Amino acid sequence: MNQQQSVLPESANLGADQPSSLRLISTLGLAGLISGLCLVGIYTITLPRIEANKARTLKEAVLQVLPGSVSMEELVWNGQGLIPVEQAGEASYTESIYAAYNRDGSLVGYAIPEDGAGFQDTIRLIYGYRPDSREIVGMRVLESRETPGLGDKIYKDQAFQENFRALSVSPEVVAVKHGSKNAPNQVDCITGATISSKAVVRILRQGNQTWLERIDKSASGTTENGKLPGVPGARNGEVSVPSAEPGIESRRPALPAGSQGR
Amino acid sequence: MPSIPASSPGGGSGSQGSGVADGDWERVQAEFMKGIWKENPVFVQVLGMCPMLAVTNSAVNAMAMGAATFFVLVGSSFLVSLLRNFIPRQVRISTYIVIIATFVTVADFTLQALLPDIHRELGAFISLIVVNCLILGRQEAFASKNTVKHAVADAVGMAGGFAIALLCLGSVREILGSGSLFGVSLFGSGYEPWVIMILPPGGFIMLGLILLFFNWLKSRRAHWLQSLDKLGEGAR
Amino acid sequence: MKHTAPGLVLRTAPFLKHPTDTPNLMRQVLLALLPVVVAAAAFFGMAAMLVVGASTLGALATEYAFGPSRNRGSTLHDGSALLSGILLGLTLPPSFPLWMAFLGGIVAIGLGKLVWGGLGQNLFNPALVGRAFLQAAFPTTITTWAPQGQGFLHLSSANLAAPLMQARVDTITAATPLGLMKFQHELTPLWSLLVGNSPGSIGETSSALLIVLGLWLAWRRTFDWRIPVAILVTVAVFAGILWIVNPETYPSPLFMLFSGGLLFGTLFMATDPVTSPMAPLGVWLFGVGIGVLVVLIRLWGGLPEGVMYAILLMNAATPLIDRVIQPRPFGRGKHNVLEGDAR
Repeated sequence: MNQQQSVLPESANLGADQPSSLRLISTLGLAGLISGLCLVGIYTITLPRIEANKARTLKEAVLQVLPGSVSMEELVWNGQGLIPVEQAGEASYTESIYAAYNRDGSLVGYAIPEDGAGFQDTIRLIYGYRPDSREIVGMRVLESRETPGLGDKIYKDQAFQENFRALSVSPEVVAVKHGSKNAPNQVDCITGATISSKAVVRILRQGNQTWLERIDKSASGTTENGKLPGVPGARNGEVSVPSAEPGIESRRPALPAGSQGR
Repeated sequence: MPSIPASSPGGGSGSQGSGVADGDWERVQAEFMKGIWKENPVFVQVLGMCPMLAVTNSAVNAMAMGAATFFVLVGSSFLVSLLRNFIPRQVRISTYIVIIATFVTVADFTLQALLPDIHRELGAFISLIVVNCLILGRQEAFASKNTVKHAVADAVGMAGGFAIALLCLGSVREILGSGSLFGVSLFGSGYEPWVIMILPPGGFIMLGLILLFFNWLKSRRAHWLQSLDKLGEGAR
Repeated sequence: MKHTAPGLVLRTAPFLKHPTDTPNLMRQVLLALLPVVVAAAAFFGMAAMLVVGASTLGALATEYAFGPSRNRGSTLHDGSALLSGILLGLTLPPSFPLWMAFLGGIVAIGLGKLVWGGLGQNLFNPALVGRAFLQAAFPTTITTWAPQGQGFLHLSSANLAAPLMQARVDTITAATPLGLMKFQHELTPLWSLLVGNSPGSIGETSSALLIVLGLWLAWRRTFDWRIPVAILVTVAVFAGILWIVNPETYPSPLFMLFSGGLLFGTLFMATDPVTSPMAPLGVWLFGVGIGVLVVLIRLWGGLPEGVMYAILLMNAATPLIDRVIQPRPFGRGKHNVLEGDAR
């Protein structure tokens, strides 16, 4: 549109003042160099804040889905047991869960992030699982593009959230028609948002399939006060990491909702 | 997309005066005002539709987008105008893009650090400011041919006009689609939200209606001026 | 007009004079709708009448206010706005809030017809544009169905919701036959679909009545009989094949034909002469497209009913169909019209 006005006269006198290729390249190179330096600068300045934001979002989610917990730790599966992410090599895992501890430093439960197809786009959620009662005790949707007014009730509808306060995982979690929940393993679907509700249930099952067995296996080696085999008994003192330095707790910023580009 | 109708006079007259500092305050004002109303980037030039439709589902999002675009447009216009005699014409577009992209990335990181919630809402559309044709259009049509003062006035006007349009659309869509404005509920809890208004089709419909309204307003005004002329002739 | 662009006439001589004009055609369709409205009153009571009234009022008011400014209201006489308003009302649930029905009427005429330049210029069926808007704007309310047989004077509290306010959900709601099929895998008995005593949109429930009216309209040549035949045969064949392959998962073709808004949409919306193709071959293509889309959306889509979107999508394809398949001028061979013009 605009180009046409300016390009025409220029192309006419191109031959007259054709600058050397060197000048062109050096101009672009210089622009790129200065731009690059600016970007490195702003990246260095903002990175700690961005990381802290992501970690805070994650921590909030984990602590919310596991009521009573005050601190958390990222765990990965190494084939035999759940070990803290610090002890695992970079390449040895692809997914992780979060163990949450209460004020005394004993285990409250595990927060399991999982995602799957919803009605419109991927739904990413995190849910809290208590191995002692074999129950899901909280669920939070981290990211979804469900229809506003219908599908978005999976995180806006309080009654639907209530389903996940004490949801038994054995037998398997199932979705039932709205108003017909009569067993602890059932989830009441939202009227008008059956597909989104069922998607949430499917994602929970998927997460359970991956992690419950691993948690059980890992727990069989756990000492009575809930400490993990990989972690030496000294958790009590050093658990509560202040939220001002959340980077310590989760080095992998892969999870928080903001990190996923759309 | 319709071509830019009226920006050529501004650009053309500016290119003649480039280099000569004609410190005319009125001209600065004129360059500023034309972006707000007469050549409004959205209502008249219909530019930058992608962010316009994508992020205006609430007034806050619209404002954040408007502010980010403002920063990028004013910053790049300033730099491009400052460097206009150093940049060889053959590589000007690539250089503009480098400049614009730098500003966009700065805006992106800053938003991510300071307002992570809004950044999450806007998602990729902050990065996509790079390809907003409004910004490159102003560099090519105006900033590259005019003094820094005029270029900045033009950029502030255009970005301001863009932000006003975003806010217009964002407010209407939020009021209808969520029953609130800037997150403050207007109709109480019993309000039935028009879900379509916060979905993309609502953006298209509302933008169409707003364009319709502005064109109607313009034709009414022209009509009115005409009848005023006739009246004056009659009185004479 | 006839002096300026003779090349625009798509059908060539000889022309026959026929008393049919737009108001006449609209009157016939309105007459056909009368029994549907009466049946709806019997099934759903006064509430249904009020919903239809509200949407019609919205349509007429918009046509009046935004119609041609010279000779205001003149376009009301052709009856097309009245027809669109009634058709829209008949596609809504009986417990629909009246203010939403009114809004739907405004959108149907405003966005469905007037912004295109008035009757004959619109790409989409106006009533369906109104309904699509309502479906997208109020997805919960428009899929909340009231059961039948609550007495003629029964009005649900949802009907009377204040403008802009939510419809408080009645304690009694029902599921449509298609909803039952999709989400609970329950089939409604066929006789119930034929008579019409099952929940659904105001005008769509009684299949037997709609079949009779369709035959009458076809006999009067009010619409092109090819459109309904193409749609219904396609649905029957497509659904039939699926049913033969796997009768466990897929419903019988008869159920597909008589449930939901298929008959209503086929007879009164797909046959809209403005938004359907002109040449016979194009009409067949149009009908087959609708039929295929209906089955696809009903069986594999996210929604239980797909007639509305199927018709709107094929409306969008109509200019393309008309471009590719043009009517053959009288007296010419079977070669392409475009080539003929290029000579």
